[in-house]
Amino acid sequence: MSAQQSNLEVLPTSIKLVLGMGLVALLAFPFVGTPFYTEMVTRMMIMAIFAMSLDLLQGVTGLVSLGHAAYFGLAGYALAFLTPQGEAVSLWWTLPVAVLASGLAALIIGFFVVRTHGIYFIMVTMAFAQMVYYVFFDNRALGGSDGLYVNFKPSAAIFGWVPFDLDSKRTLYYFTLGALLLTYLFLRRLLFSPFGRTLSGIRVNEHRMRAMGYGVFGYKLAAFTVAGALAGLAGYLWGTQTGYINPELMGFHMSAHAIMMVILGGMGNFAGAIVGAFAFEYLLHVFKDLPQVGSINLGKHWQLWMGLFIVLLVTFAPRGILGLFEKFMKRKGTDHE
Amino acid sequence: MDFPQFLIQLLNSVQYGLLLFMLAAGLTLIFGIMGVVNLAHGSFYMLGAYLAWSLSAAFGSLTLAILVGAVLAVAFGLALEWLLFRHFYKRSHLDQVLLTFGLIYIFEELRSIIWGDDVHGVTIPALLSASIPLTENLSYPVYRLFMSGVCIALAIGLYLLISKTRLGMKIRAGAFNRDMAESLGVNIKLIHATVFALGVGLAAVAGMIAAPIASVYPNMGSQVLIMCFVVVVIGGIGSVRGALIAALLVGLVDTFGKVLLPSMAGMLVYMLMAAVLLWKPEGLFKQ
Amino acid sequence: MSSRRLLLTRSAAVIGSASVGLLLPEIVRAQGAKVRVGFMLPYTGTFAQLGAAIENGFRMAVNEQGGKLGGREIEYFKVDDESDPPKGIENANKLVLRDKVDVLVGTVHSGVQMGIQKVARDTGVLSLIPNAGVHAATRSLCAPNVFRASFANSQPTRALGKVMVDRGHKKAVWITWKYAAGDEAFEGFKEGYTAAGGTIVKELGLPFPQVEFQALLTEIAALRPDAVACMFAGGGAAKFIRDYAAAGLKGRIPLYGSGFLTEGVLDAAGPAADGIITTLHYSDSLDTPRNKKFRLEYAKAFRSQPDVYAVQGYDTGLLLVQGANAVKGDLSNKAALYKSMRGAVIDSPRGKWTMSASHNPIQDIYVRQVENKENKVIGVAAKALADSGAGCKMT
Repeated sequence: MSAQQSNLEVLPTSIKLVLGMGLVALLAFPFVGTPFYTEMVTRMMIMAIFAMSLDLLQGVTGLVSLGHAAYFGLAGYALAFLTPQGEAVSLWWTLPVAVLASGLAALIIGFFVVRTHGIYFIMVTMAFAQMVYYVFFDNRALGGSDGLYVNFKPSAAIFGWVPFDLDSKRTLYYFTLGALLLTYLFLRRLLFSPFGRTLSGIRVNEHRMRAMGYGVFGYKLAAFTVAGALAGLAGYLWGTQTGYINPELMGFHMSAHAIMMVILGGMGNFAGAIVGAFAFEYLLHVFKDLPQVGSINLGKHWQLWMGLFIVLLVTFAPRGILGLFEKFMKRKGTDHE
Repeated sequence: MDFPQFLIQLLNSVQYGLLLFMLAAGLTLIFGIMGVVNLAHGSFYMLGAYLAWSLSAAFGSLTLAILVGAVLAVAFGLALEWLLFRHFYKRSHLDQVLLTFGLIYIFEELRSIIWGDDVHGVTIPALLSASIPLTENLSYPVYRLFMSGVCIALAIGLYLLISKTRLGMKIRAGAFNRDMAESLGVNIKLIHATVFALGVGLAAVAGMIAAPIASVYPNMGSQVLIMCFVVVVIGGIGSVRGALIAALLVGLVDTFGKVLLPSMAGMLVYMLMAAVLLWKPEGLFKQ
Repeated sequence: MSSRRLLLTRSAAVIGSASVGLLLPEIVRAQGAKVRVGFMLPYTGTFAQLGAAIENGFRMAVNEQGGKLGGREIEYFKVDDESDPPKGIENANKLVLRDKVDVLVGTVHSGVQMGIQKVARDTGVLSLIPNAGVHAATRSLCAPNVFRASFANSQPTRALGKVMVDRGHKKAVWITWKYAAGDEAFEGFKEGYTAAGGTIVKELGLPFPQVEFQALLTEIAALRPDAVACMFAGGGAAKFIRDYAAAGLKGRIPLYGSGFLTEGVLDAAGPAADGIITTLHYSDSLDTPRNKKFRLEYAKAFRSQPDVYAVQGYDTGLLLVQGANAVKGDLSNKAALYKSMRGAVIDSPRGKWTMSASHNPIQDIYVRQVENKENKVIGVAAKALADSGAGCKMT
């Protein structure tokens, strides 16, 4: 039923330049920003990893998941369970374990979910996420509705030598930035690999791919699993940064926000997911901090502005910020230096 | 659980299921006929409840409030379709999800601005406020029987509309092949507007009728929304008959689940949905 | 200018201004002599009314006491926590790290409170709780800089048990939502009821925030207990009361509850609520000069009737004023500040109360009965009831 749009996959030089500038800004930021904003940008980067993981599923493979937050939250819970009450746990094995846990959950749930299509896929991903949500919400042993603390940030110590300390906001910032870059590079390579090309083919025309002999189910399941594992990476970092895991992290709203971030930036190239995550968080920040005008507190009604923005975005700029950018560049394309 | 108890719980299941059906019917119609995913459906339910509250306070009569409210809701539905939804029939599901998600935010905030954030009640009309004793301890409210009756009447009405009238025939034709139907002289734009307004109207009337027993409060829409989607998916998108069967199933599982398996009650309905989709990946009665 | 150069300069401008935009509030707000008070409350969503009532009560208390804290002017900051737990830490940090508040007043939702608690323990900011009854805040996670001016989830229900047994209802069914607040309320009820000689026939729970009660009401009727005790709040409470009456249980099986069952919902519940007995640390109809004066002043200032949330907000304000006055506005003198607040006697509309060793109110719990959309006080269920503070490392 849905019209498959061709994605912006190969990034034009102009966009690459802008991304490069963004990277420079990110590298320099902790030296200019206060601890509060350093923390905020760290969180934006974590959301960007989460958004990129969803982009693999949604933008590249064309599978819209309303339950992606389940894998995000699961890794956070893994960290919370693995961290003892009184001391820190090692980063080097808990990170892979958490990511694998999310990936495994995605594999199991994906096995049930990937056989459905279209709207059914959307609904069934949501249903499974709700199930996972309730498992944690209803069980005091798993933290219940009040959630769990991660009392100590994971320690990077290897046999006594401590290469870096995640307790420092700045160190955690650069660690997250590193994770962001690695994830981006990994996904970009994946996009242009045979695996990635197959996924794109599935998005454009699944029947044709099947007719050509590709095991479509297996590819979709693999995409679902990898996306889940990467969401787990983001979730682990979230748990590390905030130290507090709550079932709402796996909820419907979190999943919906992820979808919005991916669409806001522009789907299918991962750069859009990063742009979208930053833009979305920044916009929320702006709307909530709107000043009082006369007798109306504009900031209080931030939901209205956010809703209007989303409606306008999807009506006039369905390919997101990078899509607008691309259009703008095409129009000005006749100018030469 | 003894037999009388079982029967009463059965009655509870059916009544809850019928209410879910009323909501899900609108959703499945909009989706089945126009292919539009509408996450804001819960907001229409909430709109109905708030209309019932403010109009019955203004008119002093719930019946009048429901009649006027239904007209207002349908008008609102028509306006919304003309302004927004009609441009999204050909768009991807993703865009529709996004659009309707934005609408949820807008409606929630508008509700807060217009009607405030308090909890409100709507009085049951005196005629329907009695309770029928079932056992020495338990009575069944007449109003719930009335609600079930309305839902059944609605189910019959919808069935007759879709399968026995010319309008229904045109709707089915349009759903089957829009361009063909259009070239045969069917005014597809009008059909779509009608179906959309009907869907909105159904949801709003469900909210209005349920208001006396559900109370009226912020966020009441999001709670029913998810259940509604579960029903539509289990039943098969576009199938009103499927929505009915699925709603009754959900009612059964939810009611008996609460009593027999309370520790898993929250998840049972989702497990039901997962099981159905494993067996029939496109719902029970796929169109 | 070529399009590429244009693009680059424009992008640089966007990125640059975004960064500066993030930094600007920092530059503009210089340190002054004003005390910074930050409200972290739900201003949107299901609990919006509660957030508004708490803030109103707080401001009223401060204004009554002269509008200053220890002689210093006040600057208020606000953050809408949306009752969203994942954003709890982020929102608390907005007030503590960005706005650099001296005091954080919040919040309503227990899940969000857990986030605030973490920030409070990590940063040491003075944290005053105007509602959330989550046990951990004054038990296992207690801290010298965290004070609660409301209640612990088990306090109102702990006093309920004896009231029921005294009225001859020795076999009861308990029903609530299955979430932390419900569990903690049950903890209190179980303790008090069994200690007074009552037996809990069955413990029923339904998933939060479902409001389809019919199945469980049928179950209750079949069990035939002497009475039903429950904990519901908000829209769900109104629905439960109405469903209970419509199922014919009203009058046959007496309904008791934590006071939140009948707070703010009596208009919505209507005559179905008449006769319900609840226990709570406050009641609108409390017939004391202090309460009457408070209600009059509040109604004048805010053109609406105050509820228990407004009182809790008010008491939070009184607590802070007392503490600030004791240190003459020098909030950095933490030892003296905490000592003063720990020893505070709050002359509240709910009656005088004091602070327990784990920083939770030691207060009287009243028995109320609903009569014509009002909670009439019919007695005192428990005097000077304290929360155990079990697991608190300060005591």
